[in-house]
Amino acid sequence: MLDAENSWEQKPVEVAFRSITKRFPPDILANDRVSFEVKKGTVHALLGENGAGKTTLMNIFYGLFSPDGGEIIIQGKPVKISSPREAINLGIGMVHQHFKLIPTHTVAENIILGLMSTSFFFPAEKSEAEIRALSEKYGLKVDPRARVWQLSAGEKQKVEILKALYRKASILILDEPTSVLTPQEAEELFATLRAMKEEGKTCIFITHKLNEVKEIADAVTVMRKGRVVSTILPSQVSLEELARMTVGKEVVSVVPRKTLSNRIVLQLQDVSAMGDRDFPALLNLSLSVREGEIVGVAGIAGNGQKELAEVIVGLREVTGGRIFLEDKEITNLLPRDIASLGVAYIPEERNLGLVGEMSVAENLLLRGYYQPPFSQGFWVDWEKAEAYSEKLISHYQINPPLSDIPVRLLSGGNRQRVIIARELEQKPKLVVASNPTAGLDVSGVEAIHKLLIQAQEKGAGILLISGDLDELLKLSNRIVIMFKGEIVGEKEKEHWTEEDRREIGLGMGGVKG
Amino acid sequence: MDRKKLTQFHVELSLQPTLSSTVFSSLLAIILAFACGGVIFLFYHISPGVGYQTFFRGSLGSWYAFSETLKRTIPLLLVGEGLSLAFRAQVLNIGAEGQILLGAVAATWVALFSGLPSFLLLPAMFILGFLAGAGWALIPAIFKTRFAVNEVLSTLMLNYVAFNLVLYLIAGPWKGKGVRGFTYTDTFPEAAWLKTMGITRVPYFTLLVGIALAIGGYFFLKKSALGFELRIVGSSPETARFLGINEEKIILFTMFLSGGLSGFAGVGEVAGIHHLLRHPDHISLGYGYTAIIVAWLARANPLAVILTSFLFGALLSGGDALRVSLGIPFQVVSVFNGLILFFLISTEHLSRYRIIWRDKKEVEKNGS
Repeated sequence: MLDAENSWEQKPVEVAFRSITKRFPPDILANDRVSFEVKKGTVHALLGENGAGKTTLMNIFYGLFSPDGGEIIIQGKPVKISSPREAINLGIGMVHQHFKLIPTHTVAENIILGLMSTSFFFPAEKSEAEIRALSEKYGLKVDPRARVWQLSAGEKQKVEILKALYRKASILILDEPTSVLTPQEAEELFATLRAMKEEGKTCIFITHKLNEVKEIADAVTVMRKGRVVSTILPSQVSLEELARMTVGKEVVSVVPRKTLSNRIVLQLQDVSAMGDRDFPALLNLSLSVREGEIVGVAGIAGNGQKELAEVIVGLREVTGGRIFLEDKEITNLLPRDIASLGVAYIPEERNLGLVGEMSVAENLLLRGYYQPPFSQGFWVDWEKAEAYSEKLISHYQINPPLSDIPVRLLSGGNRQRVIIARELEQKPKLVVASNPTAGLDVSGVEAIHKLLIQAQEKGAGILLISGDLDELLKLSNRIVIMFKGEIVGEKEKEHWTEEDRREIGLGMGGVKG
Repeated sequence: MDRKKLTQFHVELSLQPTLSSTVFSSLLAIILAFACGGVIFLFYHISPGVGYQTFFRGSLGSWYAFSETLKRTIPLLLVGEGLSLAFRAQVLNIGAEGQILLGAVAATWVALFSGLPSFLLLPAMFILGFLAGAGWALIPAIFKTRFAVNEVLSTLMLNYVAFNLVLYLIAGPWKGKGVRGFTYTDTFPEAAWLKTMGITRVPYFTLLVGIALAIGGYFFLKKSALGFELRIVGSSPETARFLGINEEKIILFTMFLSGGLSGFAGVGEVAGIHHLLRHPDHISLGYGYTAIIVAWLARANPLAVILTSFLFGALLSGGDALRVSLGIPFQVVSVFNGLILFFLISTEHLSRYRIIWRDKKEVEKNGS
């Protein structure tokens, strides 16, 4: 253990972040005086929950955002990076979570795209030898002549890494690289990272998976809510400690809860479904929600939560199993029929629930326009709709209180209120809420939480899917943990303790408690 | 906020295009198109002043000119109406030209070969013509909903099929018995002629239908449940899916309606003006393509189509006057059409800015 510490301590500093601060309007503090050092020839993990500020920090480092304060020092020299091109010139390469490749071009063409030094004629062919040599050296097997659209996600990632290496990157940033990989591909990636380390290259590895930190990182910086919690050596901490640092230990506020009834509102029996990439996203998942109960779904984004919400509301096909709302089977019914049976949905992407160009009044009517009292068939009674929207605007405190402005002009929090107002006014039996407070400021979060509790008190069952563990601990009667399309843990409590948080945090990282 | 400061006024990105900024940028596009179009007159050694004078005299200068403009407004109004609804739903029907021709073909069959009693001829022509245009449009609509075939290409391609179908009919099976070497059909029986206003060649039935539909279409979009769904599908297909709106139904409906109205316009042309089926270029004058610009300029607002279709009707009759009086080919009108569309697209961006004028004193007071 001491050896590891010594050898890490003795390495020269490649990059130092000094008090980096970044605010996003209106008042989100994405990075708050972030400081840490990355040593040369190491893999440095950046660990944290969604929204901890990891990606923002790396986007600043790569010149995509400019910081409001602080400085970056590379090899002892303070640098100002105002564009990705400058970052590339400084030897920084970045592999984004969503690949930035042109699907119709070949691998070689994508790699050399935008480089000035290539030859004018047949640049792709002339660079092939060098690309092959690089892939040989770092174990990045991919055919330079293949078209990018033919490649798997793992191969695309290899192209991105090759692109950075071809540009002589000495510092490589990887943003959640394993989220798109199969376990074997992840192993290959780790082998590549080790080969790069041998060459003296430095990797910054953004992740929220605890096991990966243990496996590949020489050092880890844990971030939470925009701040650095600690920079430590993975060999010196246990998984439990890492988990606790990641999710924090604020006092869990207790919400008065209604006594539970035992009537089941929603029941999923062995439900399976495919994800967008034709990859099984839900595997024989069973789950139930009772009347007046808030069931929290904990888990790192991308473990099937989105698909879970979509199969319930009818937006994704169920390939196996059955879903019941009270006694009625709703498996693979049309979205509108499921909604009219009493299922409200607050989607993760706010744009999905709204039509930006349409007015607030029209958006509030998106569920009710075709049925009484607003329509008896063909025409819509817009006067009634107007009065209805005025009522909702004041009841849900939508600001500015104007019903005729396009909804896209509202702030994120107010747009979310429009969705919630519309969905809850349907008097739902079940509310499916997907990260309902993502990106909102503190007061916005509080307001949305209050609305959800109100719905619960009226007897609705609520399935709350959230990447924010604090939110789940604050609101849930019961928490289930999702990992790779399955429920790997479940807890029911009146009051949540520190111990619970630790266990759930571990479960989210894929460690069975 | 994007702000470019100039000396006496500044330009600011406004949050949404206002009515005045839309009107302003549209007018600017038309003016710029005419300014550039003036160069064409110079090629013919005609001063642009004389050219435009002839142009306006021929389109609006007299009652006769006005009636000629009106005559051309009618098909643009009917077709532009349907296209507005389709464009609102983001269904890009480029096939109105072919749908017009199919309407004309159906009407010709009724008038010449159906053997219906004469009092039924006109109603049957309009109903069958509507259905023929609608049916023609449903072909690409079904391909779009079933196989996700891009409707821009398929509707456009079907125009050529319709064009050659008409050529085949007038030169082959439907070639008139008394027309000797010409290629067109026999003249329709008079019971199949539309009544025109006074001595003009303006059939008032189609004109009234066009205006009524513009008003109806406006209220349909604004007030009806189906119109609301149509706008949701058009502005945010993802949200429509989220709400469980049947997108296929909307695509089929808008294609059916826009194709049907084009067919209806085609009937109006043969029953009101030509009284026979002839070369496709003479039946339509490119109305199906011009109506795309008509609907675009109207920002797919059915009421505004009344205005824009009249504007393009004037452009067509003015072009006719240029040909007759100055010997300039009629195709010049296509150049104007193209220029207007070109400038419309390029000034589209402007409508999102607003200009804020400040008087000089204020500028000085603020320093800068």
